[in-house]
Amino acid sequence: MNGIGPKLDDYRAVAPRGSVDFMLRIADRLRGRRIVQVTQSRYGGGVAEILNRIVPILNDLGIDTSWEVLIGSADFEAVVGAVGKGLAGVEQVVTEAMLARLHITCADNARRLPLEADLVITHDVGALLLVEGRSAGARWLWRYHGDLSSPQPQLWNALRPFVDKYDAAVFSAPKFAAPLGTRRYIIAPSIDPLSERNRDMPRSEQSRHLERLAVPADKPILLQVGAFERLQDPLGVINAYRLVKTHYDVRLVLAGPSPAANGVLSEVREAASHDPDIAVVVLHLDLQADLNALERAATIVLQKPLFTDFGADVAAAMWKGKPVIGSMAGAIPSQIVSKVTGYTVETVEGAAFRIRHLLGNPELIGRMGAAGREHVRRNFLITRHLGDYLALLAHLTCGQEDSRRGA
Amino acid sequence: MDFASAVERRLVSRRGGAVSSDRRDSQVTAAQPFVFQGCVHVCEAISHEARDARELLDHIKQVPAESIFCHTSVLLMHRTPQPDAYPNDFALWVDLELRDRRLTERLAAVDPFRLGSIESVRADLVSTLEHHLQQLSTPPPHAGEPFRFQQYHVVPVRTGHEARTLPEFRDALTDIDVSTLFFHIVDARYRLGRGRGDFAEWVDTALGRPELAERLSHIDPYAGTLERVRERHLIALNRALEEDGRA
Repeated sequence: MNGIGPKLDDYRAVAPRGSVDFMLRIADRLRGRRIVQVTQSRYGGGVAEILNRIVPILNDLGIDTSWEVLIGSADFEAVVGAVGKGLAGVEQVVTEAMLARLHITCADNARRLPLEADLVITHDVGALLLVEGRSAGARWLWRYHGDLSSPQPQLWNALRPFVDKYDAAVFSAPKFAAPLGTRRYIIAPSIDPLSERNRDMPRSEQSRHLERLAVPADKPILLQVGAFERLQDPLGVINAYRLVKTHYDVRLVLAGPSPAANGVLSEVREAASHDPDIAVVVLHLDLQADLNALERAATIVLQKPLFTDFGADVAAAMWKGKPVIGSMAGAIPSQIVSKVTGYTVETVEGAAFRIRHLLGNPELIGRMGAAGREHVRRNFLITRHLGDYLALLAHLTCGQEDSRRGA
Repeated sequence: MDFASAVERRLVSRRGGAVSSDRRDSQVTAAQPFVFQGCVHVCEAISHEARDARELLDHIKQVPAESIFCHTSVLLMHRTPQPDAYPNDFALWVDLELRDRRLTERLAAVDPFRLGSIESVRADLVSTLEHHLQQLSTPPPHAGEPFRFQQYHVVPVRTGHEARTLPEFRDALTDIDVSTLFFHIVDARYRLGRGRGDFAEWVDTALGRPELAERLSHIDPYAGTLERVRERHLIALNRALEEDGRA
């Protein structure tokens, strides 16, 4: 691997057999086409992380791909945040003035950004209204990464006409796709097996991270990764651990990024304060590598949010060969093959029961972990994601006859 | 293709293959190479959702053929690591959401490779559901999560692999992307109505090996993952090559 990020060839060792060569073949037929991706920000979050990898690889494949970022005034980010929450179904006050800010910002950016392409892909709320200035010729896609199944009705009534101006919308799972007048495609997110979060990590390096995070590896570790927010249900996870703890000597690690001031972290610390086997780890500097080390050190990974989008943390844990016990929120059930790569549960008691079952049958832990890694290899790696993009590009920009004939 | 045409094509193929009777079969060179094509799928959500068996029946009657194909075959491409998982989305949903074992098993038994066309599969699904609903003495149970219909658009892609001999065919089959098996076996037999699938057809008509073709055509595409299907093809091909070596 070179210093500026992995090339497609670097994925040969981890991707399914023949898939990299196959990707090169798909790209052959698309060489020379141009894609523009537009996001609100170039940093932070899963979208930026994946585009950081996919855009250079598409260019290496001969598909001219640029990544443009919106420029907005100081209040634009707050407006986008509120509208995003409203579309996720969280009641928000979104005023006419706020919607006007979206219009003005997108109109300004439409004049500024080079959007001539075969395919323009705008991501999420911030860039949605760029479509007002779309030119003839290019195909336009709106990529929404969240759950649009139950948006705030008035807000959705105001924004849906803009979505219908696109040639298609792309969602992460069928259940996230709102009814639309335009086509709705499904592309599941992915994890990058060569990223800091998911790359192979020697045991000595894992140990250094665990030592720095003050997490002893002296007993089986149950791990939940996620922000310290009520929706991640950290207290429910502690209660599940307590049901297990009476039968098995295990350690619980709750790890997540530094939270907003919401008081949940204090509650979690208070709940953990009387038990030295509960570690509450707030990740700061080396977040991705720390998560990598924690997931590899874990015996069983829990992912028990009350609400989530796709929940790619599940795939990240399965990639490290860990059985995952997950809730029914978001697209978690579409990642876990229950009884094969882990279990889906609806209650604290259900989570505790499954943890006990695995600890009592340790041979299952290895077997499910291996099945989970293979499941991710086939369905949730960035190579599959890239292939989906290429397929969609071929489908949207090649004539039907061309499509049937093959490349 | 009618039978006479098929026989004629086979004879032409054998003549074109310049087979000499003193050469072992594995050395036969086909006049027309086998061109391996893979495929990618574009998944599209369509506006049909079912919450119970009756709604499932109604929508199965209405959805595009590509949706029936999607839910009864594309699972093979994205098969879970569970070797004994039910082989189509309808059976999986009824099992998980309606918890109706009887209907699950009947839907799982709908066999696209025996029925040979999407419309025949649709008719079999409809008949299975209608029969089941007639037997119910109470309203059908509701699902927590609806069945969301989708359809897949198949985009074929040449892999760059070609074979003119049986050893070349075996070697290519070892290396190709797994979607190639989907395209030449599942898509060919089920969606495009090419009865035995492309592999068996070529081995018979271009290499003149009807017995091997017969063996390949009887490999069950539902026998686990497509990787398993690949293994079974490789076992049959390696056995044939070993037999050639002993001849």
